[in-house]
Amino acid sequence: MAGKTVDGEGLDIPDRIKALPVRRTGPIVAAVIVALLAAMLVQGLVANKRLDWPTVWKYLFNEHVLEGVGYTLLLTVISMAVAIVLSVVLAIMRKSINPVLRGVSWFFIWFFRGTPVYTQLVFWGLFSVLIPKLSLGIPFTDISFWSIDSSVVITAFNAAWIGLALNEAAYLSEIVRAGLEAVDAGQSEAAQALGMGRSLIMRRIILPQAMRIIIPPTGNETIGMLKNTSLVLAVPFTLDLQFQTNAIANRTYKPIPLLIVACIWYLVITSVMMLLQQQLERHFGRGFDARPVGTRGRRPPYDPPYPGKSEGEPHDDVSKLNQATFVGLNA
Amino acid sequence: MTEVNGAEQTAGGTRPAIEARGVHKAFGQLHVLKGVDLTVMPGTVTVILGPSGSGKSTLLRLINQLETLTGGSIRVDGELIGYKVVEHRGKRMLQTLDDRAVAAQRAKIGMVFQRFNLFPHMTALENVMEAPVHVKHLGKAAARELAVKELTRVGLGDRLDHYPAQLSGGQQQRVAIARALAMQPEIMLFDEPTSALDPELVGEVLGVMRELAQAGMTMVCVTHEIGFAREVADQVVFMDGGVVVEQGGPGIIDHPSEPRFRDFLQHVL
Repeated sequence: MAGKTVDGEGLDIPDRIKALPVRRTGPIVAAVIVALLAAMLVQGLVANKRLDWPTVWKYLFNEHVLEGVGYTLLLTVISMAVAIVLSVVLAIMRKSINPVLRGVSWFFIWFFRGTPVYTQLVFWGLFSVLIPKLSLGIPFTDISFWSIDSSVVITAFNAAWIGLALNEAAYLSEIVRAGLEAVDAGQSEAAQALGMGRSLIMRRIILPQAMRIIIPPTGNETIGMLKNTSLVLAVPFTLDLQFQTNAIANRTYKPIPLLIVACIWYLVITSVMMLLQQQLERHFGRGFDARPVGTRGRRPPYDPPYPGKSEGEPHDDVSKLNQATFVGLNA
Repeated sequence: MTEVNGAEQTAGGTRPAIEARGVHKAFGQLHVLKGVDLTVMPGTVTVILGPSGSGKSTLLRLINQLETLTGGSIRVDGELIGYKVVEHRGKRMLQTLDDRAVAAQRAKIGMVFQRFNLFPHMTALENVMEAPVHVKHLGKAAARELAVKELTRVGLGDRLDHYPAQLSGGQQQRVAIARALAMQPEIMLFDEPTSALDPELVGEVLGVMRELAQAGMTMVCVTHEIGFAREVADQVVFMDGGVVVEQGGPGIIDHPSEPRFRDFLQHVL
């Protein structure tokens, strides 16, 4: 994040060294080769008539395509939101002292991670066939206080996000568990010694620190989810981006331009998500990427090298942060 | 304070702050403590010395219930810790206390760790305010005032908004002491508080501990700082191999009677 400042600027340093940099030919050679390849690629993309760019532009903002973008986003956001909440609950259950909760969590993860998401989506699509009525009553008797047709509750859209969310929760909960376990045991001991209870320690001490570790892979999962939404045709739910562009392609016999349309939108959404992830990482990284304030803020003796937080490489950056922190906590 | 729980009163009428009787602790097949007795009177400083692996840290961790007892009993201010005595089928038996009761017992005892264990995602001020706000349910403003007071007491009044990573080891350990003091504990436990520090930073932490002792805090310190023990301790306990080998006033450091203690001192001094 630091700008281009010279070390010891303004200080009186005698015989300050002004040396020429090492001559490096590697970057120049690489730049020439990459520029050449890029030019060939652009030329190929623009000049190739079969890619049919006019059609791409024509459909890029088509109302059905935009509707597809909307539903894809909506499905991603809802499924991820539900999955994140559920996964934290599952991960905490997995680490609970209550063996029943541990078992339930284990079973959930075993089942939803162990079967293909496509199959799960087919099942959710068939839910109202398998279980026609949802009712509230006394189990194993015919007494029912309230009931409703499944097809009203489990619409195609609901089946789509429920299916995606439950599957995702199983995967995410393992990520969350890894995050929880990565927090140094001394943190929980210090909190216990202060008289804090289990749930308080989880909420105030462990989870906030685990978030730092959880967010990068969760960003990964979110981007994966964005594209997994194209599987909802298994339900079948037919309003997402992939299905809509495919439908237009089938109608107009122009599959390639419409695949490009879909790709462009997926890339745009992914880029926005990466920006959001960067903001989140910055928020939960507080205290970890802190630098000494002024010259009097002395570094701790075991201090890990302060990880550089440079823009544009969020993934790299965070793994460095994690490493550095582990060194610090275990020193 | 609340209930006596059948603790014996000593002759003078003052009750020991900590009373450990026949304490055993085993981790699996590893027998770490083999019948330790320890009495700590209120307002006194006890320094526990001993080679690593002698069980001194384990004893501290037992007092604060970070480990569970395998045998024997520990009373804090007369109250049995970790267990309560119940009638079960006509017999008096021990029953493990629930989490809430354990947390309440822990809140009366402050603990300082070798590796500081500050919460890295909170500033110094937030670290100290955390327990008063969320355990004692003190208002934010009152907790802040208390935290500022405790941090000033350990000489860090100008480091309130620094994150632990921005502080030196000595400063971090002093924040950790302030954090424990903010819960207004009756007893403070120090588990090798200066062992992770650079030599030049040890003094600032010992200075804070010395002031605390002078203020009348009941303290139990596991440390290798013989000078500190000689100067501040009311009681010195030497442990080796899971038992108390020798104990007495600070004078025993200069005139040890047990050969094992003499050996140890020769290596440390």
